[in-house]
Amino acid sequence: MILSELIDYGTLRVIWWVLLGVLLIGFALTDGFDMGVGALLPFVAKTDTERRLVINTVGPVWEGNQVWFILGGGAIFAAWPPLYAVSFSGFYLAMWLILAALILRPVAFKYRSKRPGKLWRERWDWALFTGGAVPAAIFGVAVGNVLRGVPFHLNDRLMPFYDGWGFLKLLALLNPFALVCGAVSVAMLLAHGAGWLVLKSEGPIVERARKIGSAAGLVAIGGYALAGLWLLVLTDGYQFAGAVAHDGPSNPLLNEVVKGGTWLSAYVGRPWIIAAPLMGFAGMGLAVLGLRRGWGFTILASKLGIFGMIASVGLTMFPFILPSSVDPNSSLTVWDASSSQRTLFVMLVAAVIFMPLILGYTAWVYKVLWGKVTERDLDENANSY
Amino acid sequence: MDLDIVELSRLQFAMTALYHFLFVPLTLGLSILVAIMETVYVMTGRPIWRQMTKFWGSLFGINFVLGVATGITMEFQFGMNWSYYSHYVGDVFGAPLAIEGLMAFFLEATFVGLFFFGWDKLSKVAHCVVAWLVAIGSNFSALWILIANGWMQNPVGASFNPMTMRMEMDSFADVLFNPVAQAKFVHTVSAGYVTASVFVLGVSAWYLLKGRHADLARRSITVAASFGLASALSVVVLGDESGYDAGLNQKMKLAAIEAMWETEPAPASFTLFGIPDSEARETHYAVHVPYVMGLIGTRSLDTEIPGIEQLVEEARGRIRNGILAYDALMEIRGAGGDVTPDMMDRFEVHSGDLGYAFLLLRYTDDPRNATEEQILQAADDTVPHVFPIFWAFRIMVALGFAFIGVLGYFFVRSSFKGMTYPRWALYGAVAVIPAPWIAAEMGWIVAEYGRQPWTVDGILPTALSVSHLGVGEVLFTIAGFVIFYSTLFVIEMALMLKYIRKGPVQDVEETETWMRRHQARLSGPAAAPAE
Repeated sequence: MILSELIDYGTLRVIWWVLLGVLLIGFALTDGFDMGVGALLPFVAKTDTERRLVINTVGPVWEGNQVWFILGGGAIFAAWPPLYAVSFSGFYLAMWLILAALILRPVAFKYRSKRPGKLWRERWDWALFTGGAVPAAIFGVAVGNVLRGVPFHLNDRLMPFYDGWGFLKLLALLNPFALVCGAVSVAMLLAHGAGWLVLKSEGPIVERARKIGSAAGLVAIGGYALAGLWLLVLTDGYQFAGAVAHDGPSNPLLNEVVKGGTWLSAYVGRPWIIAAPLMGFAGMGLAVLGLRRGWGFTILASKLGIFGMIASVGLTMFPFILPSSVDPNSSLTVWDASSSQRTLFVMLVAAVIFMPLILGYTAWVYKVLWGKVTERDLDENANSY
Repeated sequence: MDLDIVELSRLQFAMTALYHFLFVPLTLGLSILVAIMETVYVMTGRPIWRQMTKFWGSLFGINFVLGVATGITMEFQFGMNWSYYSHYVGDVFGAPLAIEGLMAFFLEATFVGLFFFGWDKLSKVAHCVVAWLVAIGSNFSALWILIANGWMQNPVGASFNPMTMRMEMDSFADVLFNPVAQAKFVHTVSAGYVTASVFVLGVSAWYLLKGRHADLARRSITVAASFGLASALSVVVLGDESGYDAGLNQKMKLAAIEAMWETEPAPASFTLFGIPDSEARETHYAVHVPYVMGLIGTRSLDTEIPGIEQLVEEARGRIRNGILAYDALMEIRGAGGDVTPDMMDRFEVHSGDLGYAFLLLRYTDDPRNATEEQILQAADDTVPHVFPIFWAFRIMVALGFAFIGVLGYFFVRSSFKGMTYPRWALYGAVAVIPAPWIAAEMGWIVAEYGRQPWTVDGILPTALSVSHLGVGEVLFTIAGFVIFYSTLFVIEMALMLKYIRKGPVQDVEETETWMRRHQARLSGPAAAPAE
């Protein structure tokens, strides 16, 4: 018996669909708060000392957090190659903007406090703002477009083509529904970042963060509800035209897909998935309450909220991953856009070995760094940002 | 197929990869040097070693962050600009990239923050372990990236699946233990160690010339020269191993490196100097050293190394076979659900040459309709540009031997001449600082430019691999990268120079206190002051 056939292909695909969700949610929960903190920076901290205090709350951890994003990219490449190929080339300029913002961010963290100049530091502060706000907005906009369907098709060699021309492709992403999703994304990360600051900072910084964060939390809740309603009334869903083999070859063109109905019919077929949006509302609601009252562990509530909101997108679309609006048959789904059974199995073994290790040592690092960041920390550590 | 977009995408990839590789070698080597210094500190307790760790660590940090930032581009660029490549080989190529994240990058990135922020929060030993975890993570990163790259050079353990129109993994072990990947890994990390050693050596030499931080500089030179010399020897040995492996599976690359147009009788000579001319297919003003190439490429005196003309002739045959495979593939695809074992058998016969049929897609939409002239043209396309590869290789090798000389000299002076260095040698050490970067970039050119016209050797032509983007889009991102990366480079260099000029923070009082205690310990436990 071949080892890689221990788990049947359909199950492996579902496992990797779950792991894809875990990575994206892991990214939003960890790197999400430092992007939120970056976006909050110019507004919660006024003086240079305050800004350094804010930056140093995420100083030692943002680098590890960012790996969730890198690993997300790598895992999509390895487990869902067609998704990697179609989405990254289709969203070309948007992806480039994310890259630019995420390249700017590490450099800004590291270099900002290496020179004393006021102008120098202010410029890097805006770089940190951009590095937090821009990717957050684009990720949200991208999710909105995925829900609507994306204008791509595959030719008979499975070569992806994306309709539209140059910069107009970028503009076309900015449709009203996607903008609502972008706003939700930014708002939830702002609330999350504020939750982090409540835990790791004190004084006027926390006061300002609580105010902005709780308002952002409300926007996230409102936007999320609006997006849900929009999906129900104005947006078409996608379905397979007939029965689909769960262990068929990864060739989207072999399966027929129709556009129509609503995504939300998933909640009729699988009523239990209502847990995800409920978790989203409840978590974000608790986060708003926590920020108002100044609870130390508000961040747990915002984590719950973000988890629910992102999970609800995946669960609503399942088994679709990237529907095509112009050629529904090209749509990428869990059943026809994965790697081979062997690769999925090998990758699963790697994930089972390393994910617990990663979670373990990451937790240890957070434990070592436990406690609020104070001015004394800045003075004592020559390496602080 | 639009050739412009292919050229532009290649330009962007080369630029971003070469730029990324300005930071990677120093990260690989400096992480280890810093960890070695901290280990000495933990073992001896001498404060000077902690000061060295912190000083070189701060330069490591400035460099590390740009390596990480520009690495993000690399991870996503395959999907953005090389979408057909990503579809076609993602099943094989994606796995090592993802495992790199799981096993290596998470490790180095999680602990690098603790390295800088954990000095007062961790015990000495724990902090030293953190330094080693960063170093191990960085080096494992290189391992997985080079396993992925090694597969592009020597695609083992995978085969084409007609149902999914892509390469799929047959054996993970074959991909993992690909001899090309293993040789490349040791060659590349050793080159990183040499880079960092030459860097530490040069900066320390500058301090000695300026009469500053002599105790720190002397110790740094000792560490760098001994570690660097061992690494420089390893670079050359494993470079030779890479040459031997190329002789086995990338004969065209080897022939291009050598500008060997015709097959020579074994053992072939090595061309020390020459001006390769691709038009005339000959090398002007060539200076030959007999036997050497035959020995490097085949490790024997009687095995021939095929020349370019012979390889082009072989490519014509493989293109013709590839057309047969393509025809069988079309039949399988036309059959829909009713694929018979017969059809599969017909495809399997020449499936290894399918990629050669794809070379024809530049000239015709259907390789089966290719004219004889187009076949000849496509076969000619398998010859990379010889001139830059020929010279990049020679510059790299010459520098590699030069590093052995420089590091060997400083090793001898530090071991047997009481750590004294003549001023001319110190000036030389400063002057040689940029050289490892030149060698490393040349190495990239030999390996990747020499792989053309393929992205995956013999499997997928570069021209077919690109995304269908607009020329304007790619021009925009190229311009963006140029502006963005140039600015970051200037800022990085300025900060590096600033921190080098500023020098290490040396706490004289701390050192003296330690020395007093140390003296007391040596003169007997009774005399030791209470701590």
